[in-house]
Amino acid sequence: MTTLLDAVLFLPLIGFFVLLLIPKSNPSLSRMAALVISLLIFVISLGLVSGVVPEGYAFVHDSEWISSPPIRYHVGLDGLSLWLVILTTLLTPISVLASWKHIDHRVKEFFAFLILLEFGLIGVFISLDLFLFYVFWEIVLVPMYFLIGIWGHDRRIYAAVKFFIYTFTGSVLMLAAIIFLYNRAGTFDYTQIVAQLQSGRLALSSQVEMILFLAFFIAFAIKVPLFPLHTWLPDAHVEAPTAGSIMLASVMLKMGTYGLVRFCLPLFPNAAHKSAPWVIALAVIGIVYGALVALVQPNMKKLVAYSSVSHLGFVVLGIFSFTQQGLDGAVYQMLNHGISTGALFLLVGYLYERRHSLEIAAYGGVATPAPNLAIVFLIATLASVGLPMLNNFVGEYLVLQGASYSNFSATVFAAIGVILSACYMLWLYQRTFYGKPSESLSHHMPDLSGREWAAILPLLLLMLWMGTYTQTFLPSISAQNARILDMSKQRPAGSEVANAR
Amino acid sequence: MPANLFPTGVEYFRILPEMILTIAGVLVMFLEAIFTNDDQRKIFGPLSIVALLAALVASISAAGDPGAAFSNMLIIDGFASFFRVLVIGIGVIAILSSTEYLRRENSPGGEYYALILFSIVGQCVMVTANELIMIFIGLEISSIASYVLAGYLRDDPRNNESALKYFLLGSFATAFLLYGVAWIYGLTGSTNLDHIRSALQTSTPPLALAGAAAALMFVGFGFKISAAPFQIWAPDVYQGAPAPVSGFLSVGPKAAAFAILLRVFMTAFGPIAARWEPIVWVCALATMIVGNFAALQQSNIKRMLAYSSIAHAGYVLVAVTAHSSIGSAAAMFYLAAYAFTNLGAFAVVTYLSRRGERYVAIEDFAGLSQRQPAMAAMLTIFLLSLVGVPLTAGFFGKFYIFKAALDANLFWLTVLGLLNSAVAAYYYLRILVVMYFKDPGDSLDTLEAPGIGLKIAVYASALGTLVLGIFPGWVLDIATRAALK
Repeated sequence: MTTLLDAVLFLPLIGFFVLLLIPKSNPSLSRMAALVISLLIFVISLGLVSGVVPEGYAFVHDSEWISSPPIRYHVGLDGLSLWLVILTTLLTPISVLASWKHIDHRVKEFFAFLILLEFGLIGVFISLDLFLFYVFWEIVLVPMYFLIGIWGHDRRIYAAVKFFIYTFTGSVLMLAAIIFLYNRAGTFDYTQIVAQLQSGRLALSSQVEMILFLAFFIAFAIKVPLFPLHTWLPDAHVEAPTAGSIMLASVMLKMGTYGLVRFCLPLFPNAAHKSAPWVIALAVIGIVYGALVALVQPNMKKLVAYSSVSHLGFVVLGIFSFTQQGLDGAVYQMLNHGISTGALFLLVGYLYERRHSLEIAAYGGVATPAPNLAIVFLIATLASVGLPMLNNFVGEYLVLQGASYSNFSATVFAAIGVILSACYMLWLYQRTFYGKPSESLSHHMPDLSGREWAAILPLLLLMLWMGTYTQTFLPSISAQNARILDMSKQRPAGSEVANAR
Repeated sequence: MPANLFPTGVEYFRILPEMILTIAGVLVMFLEAIFTNDDQRKIFGPLSIVALLAALVASISAAGDPGAAFSNMLIIDGFASFFRVLVIGIGVIAILSSTEYLRRENSPGGEYYALILFSIVGQCVMVTANELIMIFIGLEISSIASYVLAGYLRDDPRNNESALKYFLLGSFATAFLLYGVAWIYGLTGSTNLDHIRSALQTSTPPLALAGAAAALMFVGFGFKISAAPFQIWAPDVYQGAPAPVSGFLSVGPKAAAFAILLRVFMTAFGPIAARWEPIVWVCALATMIVGNFAALQQSNIKRMLAYSSIAHAGYVLVAVTAHSSIGSAAAMFYLAAYAFTNLGAFAVVTYLSRRGERYVAIEDFAGLSQRQPAMAAMLTIFLLSLVGVPLTAGFFGKFYIFKAALDANLFWLTVLGLLNSAVAAYYYLRILVVMYFKDPGDSLDTLEAPGIGLKIAVYASALGTLVLGIFPGWVLDIATRAALK
């Protein structure tokens, strides 16, 4: 039975082929078509919100894809994936708008790849079959590789190849683990494997569980990226075109954290609990290290990129606190980071389109010729810093509270990261927007255009909304997180169960 | 006794494909002598394709009535039928991508088609053989035709080098194979695979000697499948041979050689599997590593694809190491997937190399996506399949192979093999980088649109690659039913 979710998943694929059919000689038609398609998908995806139920998966579609081994097209939506899907469908049209003028060669291919990327991302978030998940996980790589490699900046080839190889290496190990799980459980179906684990029909010895956990964890940690596996990220971000950076930071990094919540915790709870101190240590190092490196960056995109390393550290910290607040905060922070960092990359893109430089030193005094841009940038900055009433505050607070129950010293160090984020973001703002503008800068700094407003406004509204009225989002997230936590309780190890029998 | 001397009708029916192809090959040779002008010679391509399609139909219908033929010398079971259909299909695509090439090089001779047909006859005999002498005969028919094909453009020194190396090293390796056959005959008193199996199972010939015989034969097969350390010839031969021939050599004879490797080692040497498994294990790993790491360094696309084909032989050897029914099915699926992918890749290379194969450096592909977006997109599909990205045939091929390996508890081989495939991603991506991320150079100005035959070859291969990547179940079901137990 076809559901609304199937439509949301496959419309981008159809859109991809439609875009391929548009003649190359007509770039404005490609732009228009991409915008219409992505907006249409967004509007349709809003219909998913009301359908999600607190007690399980909604919009489930489970049918056979390959008979032997039994690989199923099994998708479904819960509170965790719902908002990530909406985030994807929202940021795609925004990315289209962000690329409207910026992309002026090979326009058709660009938008085709962007829509294909959306297809892969939605697939990752809704797959309930491990194999299907892996397929989408890999599909995402291909369009992003081209987006960075063709339309990126000077060192784009290096960045694109590094991005691909890093992620691919991590994921082949995950593939081995998935096959191993299949050989033990007899199914790739996520829900069935979890059920088998809970009922004790599938028991893994603690050593095997740890190896499988690590195979999944490394694939996700590269994607997050968790210190010290983050080195591909600054390169990819800096070299990617604006739309690429937005999709990369806002949605693709969430594939990693989503994977941790969805797979690492419920499938391998004992190993996750056992390795939590180490993971938290890495997360905290990432928070502080990312912030310190961001502080000294002369390049705006690199600064925002390293701030992502720091912010994603919070998410991992929240996940591995194994508390309701921590997990709620982590998931909320995934969305927040998507909104606020997406907005920052968008705004940095605006600056770049005007001045063709990403160096902070090339700016200064932008507020005088472009006051609206300055105000918008300020709101995004404050959101990213974690000002109360704006979105990031809620997430960071919840993460810190949750983490404080399980590991107080880590919380203290993480809080330092919050302070540092205020330092580097406000300093960036000061150096870019205040002061007296140079002659040449004033001439090339028109204020926001209507298209630019249209792209940024939804993000600003969401920052306020998510910062003040969490009721819209948190209940469905919490309900799902409670179930994840329930599944992730420590279980007696496989060998002990076997002995008990 | 008379029944053996005069084969029954059904036995002829079972080798009908080989008969059709032989007759067609001989016919082409005759017509070559009769025809005087080039217009008449244009018939050879279509004629060969018709013969191959007829053979294809014959093999499929023979598959419906499996059984032995000619005093158990040949066996037409599911396994043989699968490979027979595969090598004949390979022949069709190879010929489609050759016609234009031959015209371009001013050598539209009929013997080229005859040689391809004979080579395929040899491969059909190999995959249907149920006894060591037949395997040897098939191997020789296929190999001798291949040697000549590698040196087909006899005025081109690269072709000469290629053919000579292939011939010398190939004959050397075949001698090992024959020596192994002699040992086995001495030990078990038979060349029939089933008899050898039961001899090794029941009466116990000295195991060390049986192992040595298996090792000698493995050397011969290892050469044909370009397994390390017997892979040295492959890069030189594939680089020097005409591009469509390289494509053919990298999939046709290789698939057939894997078929006999699987059949001999799983049937005849099944009882001593514990002895040869470690050897194949090491060989598989070495082959993957040698192929992948050497490919990283290449600047010539044909040479790079040659090393890549060595690496892919390593992946299939992983499935051989598993020596299970699942492993056999995985190898079969992989060889089919690889056939489409590599034939397609070589067809694109054939098209881009242009007259005299002047443009075979990877850098010559710069900006291809902007001049020939369709061809660039097709090559992208083939390369992604070689990398093993989902929704392409190569991905499911790897998936089934490593699944079989994990089933057989080959954990380390699986992990190392998968990491190898991540290394491989780098050199395949380099071609994508050049095609998509670089600006077109002047050399692309002379590039004309591809001809119809080549287009069909490329699109058919791409279609095959995608269909096997999205609906692998169809072929896998057949492979699973036909797999050796």
